[in-house]
Amino acid sequence: MSKRKPYVRSMDGWWKKNPYYVEYMIHEGTALFVAAYAITLLVGLVRLGQGEAAWNGWLEALKSPLSLVCHLVFLIAIAYHAFTWFKLFPLTMPPIMVNGKRLEPGVVIGSGWTAAIVAALALLGLVWRIAA
Amino acid sequence: MKTRKRSNAPIFWGLFGAGGMLAGLFGPMLVFITGIAVPLGLLLPANTMSYAKMLAFAQNFVGKAFIFAVIAFMLWHAGHRIFHSLHELGIHGGFIGKLICYGGPLLATVISAVVLLGLGF
Amino acid sequence: MSESQKVIEIEVLRYLPESDAAPHSEIYKVPFSDDMSVLQGAQYIKDNLDGSLTFRWSCRMAICGSCGMMINGIPKLSCETFIRDYYPNRITIEALANFPIEKDLVTDLSGFIEKLEAIQPYIIPKEPRTLEQGEYLQTPEQFNAYIQFTSCINCTLCYAACPQVGLNPDFIGPAAIALAHRYNMDSRDGGTAQRMELLASEDGVYNCSAVGYCSEVCPKHVDPGNAVNINKIEAAKDYFLRFLSPKGGSK
Repeated sequence: MSKRKPYVRSMDGWWKKNPYYVEYMIHEGTALFVAAYAITLLVGLVRLGQGEAAWNGWLEALKSPLSLVCHLVFLIAIAYHAFTWFKLFPLTMPPIMVNGKRLEPGVVIGSGWTAAIVAALALLGLVWRIAA
Repeated sequence: MKTRKRSNAPIFWGLFGAGGMLAGLFGPMLVFITGIAVPLGLLLPANTMSYAKMLAFAQNFVGKAFIFAVIAFMLWHAGHRIFHSLHELGIHGGFIGKLICYGGPLLATVISAVVLLGLGF
Repeated sequence: MSESQKVIEIEVLRYLPESDAAPHSEIYKVPFSDDMSVLQGAQYIKDNLDGSLTFRWSCRMAICGSCGMMINGIPKLSCETFIRDYYPNRITIEALANFPIEKDLVTDLSGFIEKLEAIQPYIIPKEPRTLEQGEYLQTPEQFNAYIQFTSCINCTLCYAACPQVGLNPDFIGPAAIALAHRYNMDSRDGGTAQRMELLASEDGVYNCSAVGYCSEVCPKHVDPGNAVNINKIEAAKDYFLRFLSPKGGSK
Protein backbone atom coordinates (compact mmCIF):
# COMPACT_ATOMS: atom_id res chain seq x y z
CA MET A 1 0.00 0.00 0.00
CA SER A 2 1.51 3.32 -1.08
CA LYS A 3 2.47 5.82 1.62
CA ARG A 4 2.51 8.66 -0.95
CA LYS A 5 0.39 11.72 -0.14
CA PRO A 6 1.44 14.50 -2.52
CA TYR A 7 0.65 17.96 -1.15
CA VAL A 8 -0.69 20.60 -3.54
CA ARG A 9 0.10 24.16 -2.44
CA SER A 10 -2.42 26.97 -2.87
CA MET A 11 -2.06 29.53 -5.67
CA ASP A 12 -3.65 32.26 -3.49
CA GLY A 13 -1.76 35.52 -3.72
CA TRP A 14 0.90 33.99 -5.96
CA TRP A 15 1.60 37.25 -7.73
CA LYS A 16 2.33 39.18 -4.54
CA LYS A 17 5.27 36.97 -3.66
CA ASN A 18 7.73 38.11 -6.33
CA PRO A 19 8.41 41.62 -7.70
CA TYR A 20 8.58 40.15 -11.22
CA TYR A 21 4.98 39.01 -10.90
CA VAL A 22 3.87 42.32 -9.34
CA GLU A 23 5.21 44.21 -12.36
CA TYR A 24 3.48 41.66 -14.64
CA MET A 25 0.12 42.30 -12.96
CA ILE A 26 0.67 46.06 -13.28
CA HIS A 27 1.34 45.95 -17.01
CA GLU A 28 -1.58 43.58 -17.49
CA GLY A 29 -3.66 46.03 -15.48
CA THR A 30 -3.07 48.82 -18.01
CA ALA A 31 -5.82 47.06 -20.01
CA LEU A 32 -8.39 48.58 -17.66
CA PHE A 33 -7.31 52.05 -18.74
CA VAL A 34 -7.14 51.08 -22.43
CA ALA A 35 -10.75 49.92 -22.05
CA ALA A 36 -11.80 53.09 -20.23
CA TYR A 37 -10.30 55.31 -22.90
CA ALA A 38 -11.77 53.27 -25.76
CA ILE A 39 -15.19 53.52 -24.11
CA THR A 40 -14.71 57.29 -23.79
CA LEU A 41 -14.04 57.42 -27.55
CA LEU A 42 -17.04 55.18 -28.22
CA VAL A 43 -19.28 57.56 -26.30
CA GLY A 44 -17.82 60.38 -28.37
CA LEU A 45 -18.56 58.50 -31.58
CA VAL A 46 -22.15 57.92 -30.52
CA ARG A 47 -22.48 61.63 -29.67
CA LEU A 48 -21.05 62.49 -33.09
CA GLY A 49 -23.77 60.34 -34.61
CA GLN A 50 -26.40 62.19 -32.60
CA GLY A 51 -25.56 65.56 -34.12
CA GLU A 52 -23.74 68.81 -33.38
CA ALA A 53 -25.35 69.59 -30.04
CA ALA A 54 -24.60 66.15 -28.64
CA TRP A 55 -21.05 66.28 -29.96
CA ASN A 56 -20.39 69.68 -28.43
CA GLY A 57 -21.74 68.37 -25.13
CA TRP A 58 -19.14 65.60 -25.23
CA LEU A 59 -16.39 68.11 -26.09
CA GLU A 60 -17.42 70.28 -23.13
CA ALA A 61 -17.34 67.27 -20.81
CA LEU A 62 -13.74 66.64 -21.89
CA LYS A 63 -12.82 70.02 -20.44
CA SER A 64 -14.02 69.18 -16.93
CA PRO A 65 -11.35 68.72 -14.22
CA LEU A 66 -12.51 65.12 -13.70
CA SER A 67 -12.02 64.35 -17.39
CA LEU A 68 -8.61 66.01 -17.46
CA VAL A 69 -7.41 64.07 -14.42
CA CYS A 70 -8.78 60.82 -15.87
CA HIS A 71 -7.04 61.40 -19.16
CA LEU A 72 -3.78 62.14 -17.38
CA VAL A 73 -4.13 58.78 -15.65
CA PHE A 74 -5.05 57.14 -18.99
CA LEU A 75 -1.96 58.73 -20.53
CA ILE A 76 0.39 57.34 -17.89
CA ALA A 77 -1.22 53.90 -18.00
CA ILE A 78 -1.34 53.64 -21.81
CA ALA A 79 2.21 54.95 -22.08
CA TYR A 80 3.25 52.21 -19.66
CA HIS A 81 1.34 49.73 -21.82
CA ALA A 82 3.30 50.88 -24.86
CA PHE A 83 6.62 50.80 -22.98
CA THR A 84 6.08 47.23 -21.74
CA TRP A 85 4.47 46.00 -24.98
CA PHE A 86 7.63 46.69 -26.96
CA LYS A 87 9.87 45.60 -24.07
CA LEU A 88 8.28 42.16 -24.40
CA PHE A 89 9.11 41.84 -28.12
CA PRO A 90 12.23 39.67 -27.61
CA LEU A 91 9.94 37.26 -25.77
CA THR A 92 6.87 37.45 -28.00
CA MET A 93 8.35 37.90 -31.47
CA PRO A 94 10.16 35.35 -33.64
CA PRO A 95 13.88 36.10 -34.06
CA ILE A 96 14.57 38.69 -36.75
CA MET A 97 17.56 37.82 -38.90
CA VAL A 98 19.65 40.50 -40.57
CA ASN A 99 22.64 39.44 -42.67
CA GLY A 100 22.43 35.94 -41.21
CA LYS A 101 22.62 37.20 -37.63
CA ARG A 102 19.86 37.49 -35.09
CA LEU A 103 18.99 41.04 -34.02
CA GLU A 104 19.96 41.71 -30.40
CA PRO A 105 17.09 42.14 -27.89
CA GLY A 106 18.13 45.73 -27.22
CA VAL A 107 17.88 46.57 -30.92
CA VAL A 108 14.45 44.95 -31.21
CA ILE A 109 13.11 46.84 -28.21
CA GLY A 110 14.71 50.11 -29.26
CA SER A 111 13.17 49.76 -32.71
CA GLY A 112 9.76 49.20 -31.18
CA TRP A 113 9.99 52.23 -28.93
CA THR A 114 11.30 54.29 -31.85
CA ALA A 115 8.37 53.18 -34.00
CA ALA A 116 6.00 54.22 -31.22
CA ILE A 117 7.58 57.65 -30.94
CA VAL A 118 7.58 58.11 -34.70
CA ALA A 119 3.92 57.02 -34.89
CA ALA A 120 3.00 59.43 -32.10
CA LEU A 121 4.74 62.36 -33.76
CA ALA A 122 3.29 61.44 -37.16
CA LEU A 123 -0.18 61.37 -35.65
CA LEU A 124 0.35 64.74 -33.98
CA GLY A 125 1.68 66.18 -37.22
CA LEU A 126 -1.23 64.80 -39.21
CA VAL A 127 -3.81 66.16 -36.77
CA TRP A 128 -2.07 69.53 -36.73
CA ARG A 129 -2.14 69.65 -40.55
CA ILE A 130 -5.81 68.66 -40.76
CA ALA A 131 -6.82 71.08 -38.01
CA ALA A 132 -5.04 74.06 -39.49
CA MET B 1 -5.06 13.71 -18.80
CA LYS B 2 -4.55 16.75 -20.98
CA THR B 3 -7.22 17.67 -23.49
CA ARG B 4 -6.39 17.66 -27.19
CA LYS B 5 -9.42 19.73 -28.08
CA ARG B 6 -8.35 22.55 -30.42
CA SER B 7 -8.42 25.93 -28.74
CA ASN B 8 -10.30 28.83 -30.33
CA ALA B 9 -7.89 31.22 -28.67
CA PRO B 10 -6.21 32.27 -31.96
CA ILE B 11 -9.20 34.49 -32.83
CA PHE B 12 -9.14 36.38 -29.56
CA TRP B 13 -5.36 36.34 -29.31
CA GLY B 14 -5.16 37.85 -32.79
CA LEU B 15 -7.60 40.61 -31.84
CA PHE B 16 -5.67 41.14 -28.58
CA GLY B 17 -2.41 41.48 -30.49
CA ALA B 18 -3.82 43.91 -33.04
CA GLY B 19 -5.30 46.04 -30.28
CA GLY B 20 -2.11 45.97 -28.27
CA MET B 21 -0.10 47.13 -31.25
CA LEU B 22 -2.56 49.97 -32.04
CA ALA B 23 -2.67 51.01 -28.40
CA GLY B 24 1.11 50.90 -28.23
CA LEU B 25 1.72 52.94 -31.36
CA PHE B 26 -1.15 55.44 -31.19
CA GLY B 27 -2.63 55.19 -27.70
CA PRO B 28 -0.54 57.70 -25.78
CA MET B 29 -0.75 60.42 -28.44
CA LEU B 30 -4.48 59.87 -28.95
CA VAL B 31 -5.08 60.28 -25.22
CA PHE B 32 -2.93 63.40 -25.22
CA ILE B 33 -4.71 64.94 -28.20
CA THR B 34 -8.31 64.12 -27.37
CA GLY B 35 -8.13 64.25 -23.59
CA ILE B 36 -5.56 66.93 -22.78
CA ALA B 37 -4.34 69.04 -25.70
CA VAL B 38 -7.64 69.87 -27.40
CA PRO B 39 -9.68 70.41 -24.21
CA LEU B 40 -6.97 72.71 -22.82
CA GLY B 41 -6.21 74.36 -26.14
CA LEU B 42 -2.56 73.24 -25.97
CA LEU B 43 -0.40 72.96 -29.10
CA LEU B 44 -3.38 72.39 -31.38
CA PRO B 45 -5.92 74.85 -32.75
CA ALA B 46 -9.09 75.24 -30.65
CA ASN B 47 -11.32 73.89 -33.42
CA THR B 48 -9.26 70.70 -34.00
CA MET B 49 -12.17 68.50 -32.96
CA SER B 50 -15.03 70.73 -34.07
CA TYR B 51 -18.19 69.01 -35.22
CA ALA B 52 -17.54 69.99 -38.82
CA LYS B 53 -14.00 68.65 -38.83
CA MET B 54 -14.83 65.46 -36.95
CA LEU B 55 -17.81 64.76 -39.18
CA ALA B 56 -15.65 65.23 -42.26
CA PHE B 57 -13.03 62.90 -40.77
CA ALA B 58 -15.64 60.28 -39.91
CA GLN B 59 -17.19 60.51 -43.35
CA ASN B 60 -13.81 59.97 -44.98
CA PHE B 61 -13.06 56.32 -45.72
CA VAL B 62 -9.65 56.39 -44.04
CA GLY B 63 -11.05 58.32 -41.09
CA LYS B 64 -13.85 55.80 -40.68
CA ALA B 65 -11.39 52.91 -40.75
CA PHE B 66 -9.12 54.63 -38.21
CA ILE B 67 -11.91 55.43 -35.74
CA PHE B 68 -13.35 51.92 -36.09
CA ALA B 69 -9.97 50.23 -35.69
CA VAL B 70 -8.95 52.24 -32.66
CA ILE B 71 -12.19 51.74 -30.72
CA ALA B 72 -12.85 48.11 -31.67
CA PHE B 73 -9.35 46.68 -31.47
CA MET B 74 -8.47 48.46 -28.22
CA LEU B 75 -11.59 47.00 -26.62
CA TRP B 76 -10.91 43.48 -27.92
CA HIS B 77 -7.36 43.83 -26.57
CA ALA B 78 -8.54 45.05 -23.18
CA GLY B 79 -11.36 42.52 -22.83
CA HIS B 80 -9.05 39.55 -23.50
CA ARG B 81 -6.40 40.82 -21.13
CA ILE B 82 -8.87 41.65 -18.36
CA PHE B 83 -10.56 38.23 -18.64
CA HIS B 84 -7.20 36.51 -18.21
CA SER B 85 -6.09 38.84 -15.42
CA LEU B 86 -9.24 37.99 -13.49
CA HIS B 87 -8.38 34.31 -13.90
CA GLU B 88 -4.90 35.03 -12.56
CA LEU B 89 -6.43 36.77 -9.54
CA GLY B 90 -8.46 33.65 -8.86
CA ILE B 91 -11.68 35.18 -10.15
CA HIS B 92 -13.17 32.77 -12.62
CA GLY B 93 -15.24 34.92 -14.97
CA GLY B 94 -17.35 32.12 -16.32
CA PHE B 95 -20.21 33.06 -18.60
CA ILE B 96 -20.75 36.54 -17.12
CA GLY B 97 -17.04 37.25 -17.42
CA LYS B 98 -17.03 36.25 -21.07
CA LEU B 99 -20.21 38.24 -21.69
CA ILE B 100 -18.54 41.40 -20.40
CA CYS B 101 -15.02 40.84 -21.70
CA TYR B 102 -15.91 39.56 -25.16
CA GLY B 103 -19.56 40.49 -25.52
CA GLY B 104 -18.71 44.06 -24.58
CA PRO B 105 -16.14 44.54 -27.38
CA LEU B 106 -18.52 42.80 -29.78
CA LEU B 107 -21.30 45.24 -28.88
CA ALA B 108 -18.89 48.16 -29.20
CA THR B 109 -17.76 46.88 -32.60
CA VAL B 110 -21.34 46.70 -33.83
CA ILE B 111 -22.26 50.11 -32.40
CA SER B 112 -19.17 51.72 -33.96
CA ALA B 113 -19.89 50.18 -37.34
CA VAL B 114 -23.52 51.24 -37.26
CA VAL B 115 -22.73 54.82 -36.21
CA LEU B 116 -19.88 55.19 -38.69
CA LEU B 117 -21.87 53.80 -41.58
CA GLY B 118 -24.84 55.93 -40.51
CA LEU B 119 -22.72 59.08 -40.81
CA GLY B 120 -22.42 58.40 -44.52
CA PHE B 121 -19.54 59.11 -46.87
CA MET C 1 44.58 33.23 14.98
CA SER C 2 41.58 31.35 13.49
CA GLU C 3 38.60 33.09 11.86
CA SER C 4 35.35 32.50 13.70
CA GLN C 5 33.03 30.04 11.96
CA LYS C 6 30.20 31.75 10.10
CA VAL C 7 26.77 30.25 10.63
CA ILE C 8 23.69 30.87 8.48
CA GLU C 9 20.07 30.03 9.20
CA ILE C 10 18.40 27.89 6.54
CA GLU C 11 14.63 27.65 6.85
CA VAL C 12 13.31 24.55 5.12
CA LEU C 13 9.71 23.77 4.24
CA ARG C 14 9.50 20.20 5.55
CA TYR C 15 6.82 17.69 4.62
CA LEU C 16 6.79 14.06 5.61
CA PRO C 17 3.73 12.45 3.98
CA GLU C 18 3.49 9.61 6.48
CA SER C 19 3.29 11.89 9.50
CA ASP C 20 2.34 15.40 8.35
CA ALA C 21 -1.06 16.77 7.34
CA ALA C 22 0.64 19.79 5.76
CA PRO C 23 4.12 21.24 5.21
CA HIS C 24 5.74 23.25 8.02
CA SER C 25 8.95 25.26 8.38
CA GLU C 26 12.02 24.20 10.31
CA ILE C 27 15.05 26.42 10.84
CA TYR C 28 18.54 24.92 10.86
CA LYS C 29 21.80 26.63 11.82
CA VAL C 30 24.36 25.70 9.20
CA PRO C 31 28.07 26.49 9.53
CA PHE C 32 29.45 27.41 6.11
CA SER C 33 32.48 28.45 4.14
CA ASP C 34 32.44 30.91 1.26
CA ASP C 35 32.64 28.21 -1.38
CA MET C 36 29.51 26.36 -0.18
CA SER C 37 26.40 26.09 -2.30
CA VAL C 38 22.85 25.96 -0.92
CA LEU C 39 22.87 22.30 -2.02
CA GLN C 40 25.85 21.72 0.25
CA GLY C 41 23.90 23.50 2.99
CA ALA C 42 21.06 20.99 2.54
CA GLN C 43 23.59 18.16 2.55
CA TYR C 44 25.04 19.49 5.83
CA ILE C 45 21.56 19.45 7.37
CA LYS C 46 20.96 15.89 6.22
CA ASP C 47 24.39 14.65 7.28
CA ASN C 48 24.53 16.35 10.68
CA LEU C 49 21.20 17.75 11.85
CA ASP C 50 18.28 15.77 10.42
CA GLY C 51 18.86 12.68 8.34
CA SER C 52 15.23 12.61 7.22
CA LEU C 53 15.65 15.71 5.02
CA THR C 54 14.98 14.52 1.47
CA PHE C 55 16.05 16.21 -1.75
CA ARG C 56 17.23 15.35 -5.26
CA TRP C 57 20.74 16.09 -6.47
CA SER C 58 23.41 14.51 -8.63
CA CYS C 59 26.06 16.31 -10.64
CA ARG C 60 26.45 19.37 -8.36
CA MET C 61 27.60 21.30 -11.44
CA ALA C 62 24.36 22.63 -12.98
CA ILE C 63 23.98 20.12 -15.79
CA CYS C 64 21.83 17.26 -14.47
CA GLY C 65 18.85 19.45 -13.51
CA SER C 66 18.08 17.52 -10.32
CA CYS C 67 18.65 20.05 -7.54
CA GLY C 68 16.10 22.76 -8.39
CA MET C 69 14.34 24.37 -5.44
CA MET C 70 12.72 27.67 -4.42
CA ILE C 71 15.46 29.72 -2.74
CA ASN C 72 14.00 32.81 -1.08
CA GLY C 73 11.00 32.39 -3.35
CA ILE C 74 12.96 32.17 -6.61
CA PRO C 75 13.42 28.93 -8.57
CA LYS C 76 17.13 28.15 -8.75
CA LEU C 77 19.55 25.25 -9.06
CA SER C 78 20.83 24.89 -5.50
CA CYS C 79 24.24 23.62 -6.65
CA GLU C 80 24.99 26.92 -8.35
CA THR C 81 23.49 29.17 -5.69
CA PHE C 82 25.91 30.23 -3.00
CA ILE C 83 25.32 30.73 0.72
CA ARG C 84 27.76 33.65 0.85
CA ASP C 85 25.40 35.67 -1.38
CA TYR C 86 22.64 35.53 1.26
CA TYR C 87 24.60 35.79 4.51
CA PRO C 88 23.81 37.18 7.06
CA ASN C 89 20.13 36.93 6.01
CA ARG C 90 18.23 33.69 6.43
CA ILE C 91 17.86 31.43 3.39
CA THR C 92 14.44 29.86 2.93
CA ILE C 93 14.20 26.78 0.76
CA GLU C 94 11.12 25.00 -0.50
CA ALA C 95 10.19 22.46 -3.16
CA LEU C 96 9.79 23.96 -6.64
CA ALA C 97 6.45 25.77 -6.96
CA ASN C 98 3.52 24.59 -9.08
CA PHE C 99 4.28 20.90 -8.43
CA PRO C 100 2.76 18.64 -5.79
CA ILE C 101 5.25 17.99 -2.98
CA GLU C 102 6.06 14.31 -2.54
CA LYS C 103 8.32 14.89 0.46
CA ASP C 104 10.39 17.86 1.69
CA LEU C 105 12.11 19.28 -1.41
CA VAL C 106 11.06 16.46 -3.75
CA THR C 107 8.29 17.21 -6.23
CA ASP C 108 6.00 14.88 -8.16
CA LEU C 109 7.42 15.13 -11.67
CA SER C 110 5.16 12.53 -13.29
CA GLY C 111 2.97 15.17 -14.97
CA PHE C 112 6.06 16.85 -16.41
CA ILE C 113 7.41 13.58 -17.80
CA GLU C 114 4.04 12.84 -19.43
CA LYS C 115 4.08 16.26 -21.08
CA LEU C 116 7.59 15.71 -22.47
CA GLU C 117 6.54 12.35 -23.89
CA ALA C 118 3.32 13.74 -25.32
CA ILE C 119 5.04 16.18 -27.70
CA GLN C 120 6.95 13.35 -29.40
CA PRO C 121 10.52 14.41 -28.57
CA TYR C 122 12.32 12.57 -31.38
CA ILE C 123 13.06 13.09 -35.06
CA ILE C 124 10.00 12.17 -37.09
CA PRO C 125 11.56 11.81 -40.56
CA LYS C 126 10.01 13.73 -43.45
CA GLU C 127 10.19 10.60 -45.56
CA PRO C 128 11.50 7.07 -45.01
CA ARG C 129 15.30 6.98 -45.17
CA THR C 130 17.69 4.07 -45.68
CA LEU C 131 21.15 3.57 -44.19
CA GLU C 132 22.61 3.73 -47.67
CA GLN C 133 21.49 7.36 -47.98
CA GLY C 134 24.01 8.17 -45.28
CA GLU C 135 23.81 10.78 -42.58
CA TYR C 136 21.70 13.94 -42.74
CA LEU C 137 23.65 17.06 -43.70
CA GLN C 138 22.93 20.36 -42.01
CA THR C 139 24.25 23.83 -42.79
CA PRO C 140 25.30 26.09 -39.91
CA GLU C 141 22.09 28.12 -40.50
CA GLN C 142 19.94 25.01 -40.16
CA PHE C 143 21.87 24.06 -37.01
CA ASN C 144 21.45 27.51 -35.47
CA ALA C 145 17.70 27.37 -36.04
CA TYR C 146 17.20 24.81 -33.26
CA ILE C 147 20.41 24.38 -31.29
CA GLN C 148 19.50 26.84 -28.50
CA PHE C 149 16.47 24.69 -27.63
CA THR C 150 18.57 21.54 -27.22
CA SER C 151 20.17 22.95 -24.08
CA CYS C 152 17.24 22.10 -21.81
CA ILE C 153 18.27 19.98 -18.81
CA ASN C 154 14.69 19.29 -17.67
CA CYS C 155 15.29 21.02 -14.35
CA THR C 156 11.67 22.33 -14.28
CA LEU C 157 12.66 25.76 -12.93
CA CYS C 158 10.54 27.17 -15.79
CA TYR C 159 7.47 25.27 -14.56
CA ALA C 160 8.06 26.64 -11.07
CA ALA C 161 8.29 30.11 -12.61
CA CYS C 162 5.17 29.88 -14.76
CA PRO C 163 2.00 30.93 -12.93
CA GLN C 164 -0.13 29.48 -15.76
CA VAL C 165 1.23 26.01 -14.93
CA GLY C 166 0.19 26.64 -11.34
CA LEU C 167 -3.27 27.77 -12.41
CA ASN C 168 -3.73 24.98 -15.01
CA PRO C 169 -1.67 21.92 -14.08
CA ASP C 170 -2.54 20.38 -17.46
CA PHE C 171 -0.85 23.20 -19.40
CA ILE C 172 1.95 21.45 -21.25
CA GLY C 173 4.31 24.21 -20.15
CA PRO C 174 7.54 25.93 -21.21
CA ALA C 175 10.07 23.08 -21.38
CA ALA C 176 7.75 20.70 -23.26
CA ILE C 177 6.90 23.39 -25.79
CA ALA C 178 10.56 24.37 -26.16
CA LEU C 179 11.36 20.72 -26.77
CA ALA C 180 8.59 20.43 -29.38
CA HIS C 181 9.98 23.58 -31.00
CA ARG C 182 13.49 22.05 -30.97
CA TYR C 183 12.23 19.20 -33.12
CA ASN C 184 9.96 21.34 -35.31
CA MET C 185 12.92 23.60 -36.13
CA ASP C 186 15.31 20.73 -36.88
CA SER C 187 15.70 20.36 -40.65
CA ARG C 188 15.83 16.57 -40.24
CA ASP C 189 12.34 16.53 -38.75
CA GLY C 190 8.97 16.44 -40.53
CA GLY C 191 6.69 16.08 -37.51
CA THR C 192 5.45 19.68 -37.03
CA ALA C 193 1.88 18.84 -38.09
CA GLN C 194 1.74 15.94 -35.64
CA ARG C 195 2.96 18.05 -32.76
CA MET C 196 0.58 20.87 -33.63
CA GLU C 197 -2.48 19.12 -32.19
CA LEU C 198 -1.12 19.37 -28.66
CA LEU C 199 0.42 22.82 -29.12
CA ALA C 200 -2.87 24.19 -30.49
CA SER C 201 -5.02 22.45 -27.89
CA GLU C 202 -6.71 23.99 -24.87
CA ASP C 203 -3.74 22.82 -22.78
CA GLY C 204 -1.28 24.17 -25.31
CA VAL C 205 0.49 27.41 -26.11
CA TYR C 206 -2.47 29.74 -25.54
CA ASN C 207 -2.33 29.13 -21.81
CA CYS C 208 0.75 31.34 -21.91
CA SER C 209 0.19 35.00 -21.06
CA ALA C 210 3.75 36.17 -21.76
CA VAL C 211 4.82 36.55 -18.16
CA GLY C 212 8.33 35.70 -19.37
CA TYR C 213 9.60 34.48 -16.00
CA CYS C 214 10.34 31.04 -17.43
CA SER C 215 13.06 32.47 -19.66
CA GLU C 216 14.36 34.61 -16.77
CA VAL C 217 15.01 31.61 -14.52
CA CYS C 218 16.25 29.12 -17.12
CA PRO C 219 19.81 28.17 -16.07
CA LYS C 220 20.72 27.17 -19.62
CA HIS C 221 19.33 30.23 -21.45
CA VAL C 222 17.03 28.11 -23.58
CA ASP C 223 14.46 30.95 -23.74
CA PRO C 224 11.42 28.65 -23.54
CA GLY C 225 9.15 31.71 -23.39
CA ASN C 226 10.17 32.64 -26.90
CA ALA C 227 9.52 29.09 -28.13
CA VAL C 228 6.02 29.22 -26.63
CA ASN C 229 5.20 32.62 -28.14
CA ILE C 230 6.57 31.74 -31.58
CA ASN C 231 4.24 28.75 -31.49
CA LYS C 232 1.26 30.99 -30.76
CA ILE C 233 1.87 32.43 -34.23
CA GLU C 234 2.32 28.95 -35.72
CA ALA C 235 -0.82 27.63 -34.04
CA ALA C 236 -2.76 30.68 -35.25
CA LYS C 237 -1.56 30.03 -38.80
CA ASP C 238 -2.65 26.43 -38.41
CA TYR C 239 -6.04 27.56 -37.07
CA PHE C 240 -6.82 30.04 -39.85
CA LEU C 241 -5.20 28.32 -42.80
CA ARG C 242 -6.21 24.74 -42.04
CA PHE C 243 -9.10 24.81 -44.49
CA LEU C 244 -6.80 25.81 -47.32
CA SER C 245 -4.54 22.79 -47.25
CA PRO C 246 -5.90 19.63 -48.94
CA LYS C 247 -5.35 17.58 -45.81
CA GLY C 248 -6.94 20.28 -43.64
CA GLY C 249 -3.80 21.01 -41.62
CA SER C 250 -3.32 19.19 -38.33
CA LYS C 251 -6.20 17.44 -36.55
